[in-house]
Amino acid sequence: MALPSASLLAQSILSGLFIGALYGLLGLGLSLSWGLLRQINLAHFALAFLGAYLCYQLSSVGGMDPLATMLVIVPGFFGIGVALQWVFSRFRISPFNSLLVTFGLTVIIESVIQSLWTADFRRLNSSYGDITFRIGALYVPLPELLTLVLSLVMSLAIWATLRHTDLGRAMRAAAQDGGIATAFGVNQKGLALLLSGVCAALAGVAGVCIALSYTLAPAQIYAWIGVVFAAVMLGGLGRALGPLIAGIVIGVSESITMAITAPSWAPLVSFSLLIVVLLVRPGKV
Amino acid sequence: MTRGFAAILIAGGGLAVIPLAGLPPFYESFLYLVFHWIVLATSWNIFSGYSGYFSFGHGAFFGAGMYTTAYLASRFEVPFLSTLPVAAGVAMLLGGTLGAIVFRVREIRGELFALVTLAFTFVVGTIVLNTPIDGGPGIYLSAVPVPAIGPTGASSFYYMGLVLALGTVLVALVVFHSRLGAGLFAVHDDEDVAEVLGVPTYRYKIAAFSLSCGLAGVAGGIQALFLSYVTAGETFSIIVPLTVVLMCVLGGTRHWAGPVVGAAAITSLLYAFTAGNHPVAGKAVFGAVLIVVILFMPEGLLGRLPKRRMVGAYELGTPTNGAIATGSALPVGHPSPTRELLLDVRGLRKAFRGVQALDGVDIEIRRGEILGLLGPNGSGKSTFINLVSGHFRPDAGKIRFDGRNLAVLEAHAVARSGIARTYQIPRPFAHLTVRENVATAAMFGSANLARAAAVRDAHHWLEFTDLASFANALPDDLNLHQRKFLELARALSSRPRLLLLDEVLSGLTPTEIDGAVDLIRAIRDQGTTIVFVEHVMRAVMALTDRIVVLNHGQVIADGNAAEIMESAEVVSAYLGYSGTYA
Repeated sequence: MALPSASLLAQSILSGLFIGALYGLLGLGLSLSWGLLRQINLAHFALAFLGAYLCYQLSSVGGMDPLATMLVIVPGFFGIGVALQWVFSRFRISPFNSLLVTFGLTVIIESVIQSLWTADFRRLNSSYGDITFRIGALYVPLPELLTLVLSLVMSLAIWATLRHTDLGRAMRAAAQDGGIATAFGVNQKGLALLLSGVCAALAGVAGVCIALSYTLAPAQIYAWIGVVFAAVMLGGLGRALGPLIAGIVIGVSESITMAITAPSWAPLVSFSLLIVVLLVRPGKV
Repeated sequence: MTRGFAAILIAGGGLAVIPLAGLPPFYESFLYLVFHWIVLATSWNIFSGYSGYFSFGHGAFFGAGMYTTAYLASRFEVPFLSTLPVAAGVAMLLGGTLGAIVFRVREIRGELFALVTLAFTFVVGTIVLNTPIDGGPGIYLSAVPVPAIGPTGASSFYYMGLVLALGTVLVALVVFHSRLGAGLFAVHDDEDVAEVLGVPTYRYKIAAFSLSCGLAGVAGGIQALFLSYVTAGETFSIIVPLTVVLMCVLGGTRHWAGPVVGAAAITSLLYAFTAGNHPVAGKAVFGAVLIVVILFMPEGLLGRLPKRRMVGAYELGTPTNGAIATGSALPVGHPSPTRELLLDVRGLRKAFRGVQALDGVDIEIRRGEILGLLGPNGSGKSTFINLVSGHFRPDAGKIRFDGRNLAVLEAHAVARSGIARTYQIPRPFAHLTVRENVATAAMFGSANLARAAAVRDAHHWLEFTDLASFANALPDDLNLHQRKFLELARALSSRPRLLLLDEVLSGLTPTEIDGAVDLIRAIRDQGTTIVFVEHVMRAVMALTDRIVVLNHGQVIADGNAAEIMESAEVVSAYLGYSGTYA
C-alpha cells in the first residue's frame, strides 16, 4: 500500500471528478423522478444504455457526429418518458411497484439491445475520443470533459428551473401534495408527463456521454445501478445539484481508493459511505 | 394450517419417488433448480414478504452461504454436508448483525431498507473479492465429492434441494400461523401501531430476518457445489434479489405458498426459453410477465387467499353474547373512582427541536376514574399520550404505572403492562380484516392470548362495539364512525387497565357521539381507568370524573368540571382574555 506520487494522485482525483460527473448525470433523472414523481425508475439505466447504443449506431454506421445524435435521441427519449408516466399514472403504481415494473422494462430493453447489437463489446470510434488536453502534468481527455460540462449544465439548468421559475415551483408543490396543488390550479398530470419526459431525455444525454467514453455491453446496465443509487441517496431525493455533488464525492473517493489500494476495493468506499450516511442521518435523504 | 401441512407432506412424498422412475438426469437437475429458487424465494418471503421490509440483500446472504461452503470444502476439505450448518450459521449471523444495527434506526424502512441491504451486498462482495476468501479468480469445487444421497449425482442434488425446499416451506407455513407471523403482518401495515399494541417489533424483525438469511445460506452452500465454480461478481449482484422479489410478487407475498408458485413458474419459463435456444427472448418474456403481473395483479396469484386466514380458527369457538350484557371479559374493578393511584406522572418533559411540548407535567390518575385531558391545540395532550404509551421517550420525568417506571420501557412492554390507546385519526392495519385487527391486539397486548383464543375474543369486542357484521371486511370498507370504533375494539381487546382515548369522538355526528358516550361509560363500569382527550365538551361534561387542563405543555387546572369552567386561567387559555373579571 505505497503512497502514490503527487501527480498520480492529482490525475486520480481528476478522473474521479470525471466519473463522478457521469454518476451525477445518470443520477439526476433518477433523483428527479424518485423525489418529485415518487417513482424508482430502474429502467433509467437501461434507457441510458439504449441511448448509448443509438449514439454508437447513428455515428459509426450512420455517420453522424456523436454529439449531433442528441438531436434525435433527446426528443425520442422524451416521448418514451411521457409514455412511461402515462402508464404509471393510469395504473396508480406505488413507488415500490414502480421499481419492479421498471426492472421488467430494464430486462426487456436489455434483450432488445442484445438481439440488435449482440452481447459483444462495442466501442464508438469518434473524432473526439483521440483528443486529450494537457494541463501541466495532468491529462484531460475531451470525452470526459464533455461529460463534466454536460452534467454541470444540465444540473444547473434544472436547479434554476425548479428554484426560480413558476413551472419549477408548481412541480415542487405537486410533488409535496398533488391534491392540494391541483386545487390551486396546478396541472399535476401535465407536469408529471413533462418531468418524466425530461428524466428520460436526461438518460439519453447520459447515454451519449457513456458512448463517448466507455466500451458498451448489454450486461453493463447493471454495473452502474448500485453506485448511482448511492449518489442519488447521498445527494438527497428530488434535488438537482445533489446527485452531481454526491457523485463527485463518490467518484473522487473511489479514485483515491484505487490509487492507494487496488481498483477492486473501490465499491467498498461508496457503499460503506451510503450505509453510514443512511444509519447516521436517515432523515436527510 | 393442517391443510397446508398435509399439502406439503403429500407434495414431498410424491416428489421423493421421482428419481426412482429412471428419468434422464436432465429432469432432476431442472427440478433441483426449481427447488433452489423455491428456497430462495420462500426464505426471502418469511421476512420481507410478511413484514414488508423488502430486502435487496438476499444475494449477500445466499453468497455468504455459498462462499462458506466453497471455502471450507475446497481449502480445508471439510466434508460437504458438514459445511451446510456453518453456511447457515454464517448467513444468519451476518443477517442478524445487520438487522440489529439497521432496525435501530426508525427511518430505515421501505426503499431505504432495500437500498441499505443492496449496498450491504456490494460491501460483502467487495470484501470477499479482495480477501483470501476468494482473492479474485473465484473458487473451484470440482474436487469436492458430491455426497451419495441418491443413485446418481443429479439425484443427490435433487434430494438435497427437495429436503431443503420442503423444510423452508414448512418453516414459512409455521411462521405464517404463529405469533411471529401475526406480528410481522402487523409490522407490514403500520409498524408504530404494532409496537404500541405490544408487538416486540425489533426482536421479531431480527428473528425473522436471521431465519430468512440462514435458509438462504444453506441454499447457497448447495448451489456452490452444484455450480462447482463460484465467483464474487456473479454471486453478489442485484440479479439474485430482483429475481427473488419478482417470484414472490408474482406468487403473492402475503401467502406462505405464494413464492413456491412464483418460483416454479418463473424457473420453468426461463428454462423453457433457454432449452429452446431463445435465452434472449426468454429474458424479454420474463420482463413482460413482471410488468403485466404488477399492473394487473399487484397482489400476486395467491393474493386473494389470505383474507380467509383466521376464519377457521374462529369457527372453533362458541360465539359469545354482547359484552355489555355479560361484561365478563374485562377485569372486574371498582365501579366508582377510588383514591388509589394507578398512574403517577412527575415532572414529565419532552421537546421537539426546540418546541417544548411538555414542560414539567405532574398528573395523577386514580384507579377507576375517567380523567378528561383538555387544552387548546398544541397544548401537549397528544404528546402526553405518546409518552405514556411509550411511542416517544420523555426527556425527563417519571411515569409510574402500578409501581413500574414506564419511562424506561419500550412501547411494546408498556402495552404488555396494561396500557392501550386509540389514535385520533384511526390507524387500522389496512391489509388485515377487522377481526384480525382486533385479534392482533388481543394476542400482543396485556391480554396475551394465544391466536385461536384471540380470534374468539375479537368477536366479543366486535359485538361490544357493534362491528360484528364487519368482521371479515377490510378497514377501508368502514366509515369514519366504524373506524373509530374499530380503534376502540382494538384497544379494549388487549384488556388494558388504563385506556388512553385520543379524540375518539371528533368528526362523529351527535347521535354517534351519544352511542360512543354510552360505550365509554360501559367500559369504565367494567373497571378500566380512562384518560379521555376530547374537544366535544358535552361528552366531557357527561363522562369525566375529573379534568386536567394543559396549556403550552403545563398543567393549568385540575379539578371537577365546575371548578375548571370557572378557572380564569382556563378561560384565558381558550379565549385569549388575560384580564380579570371584575
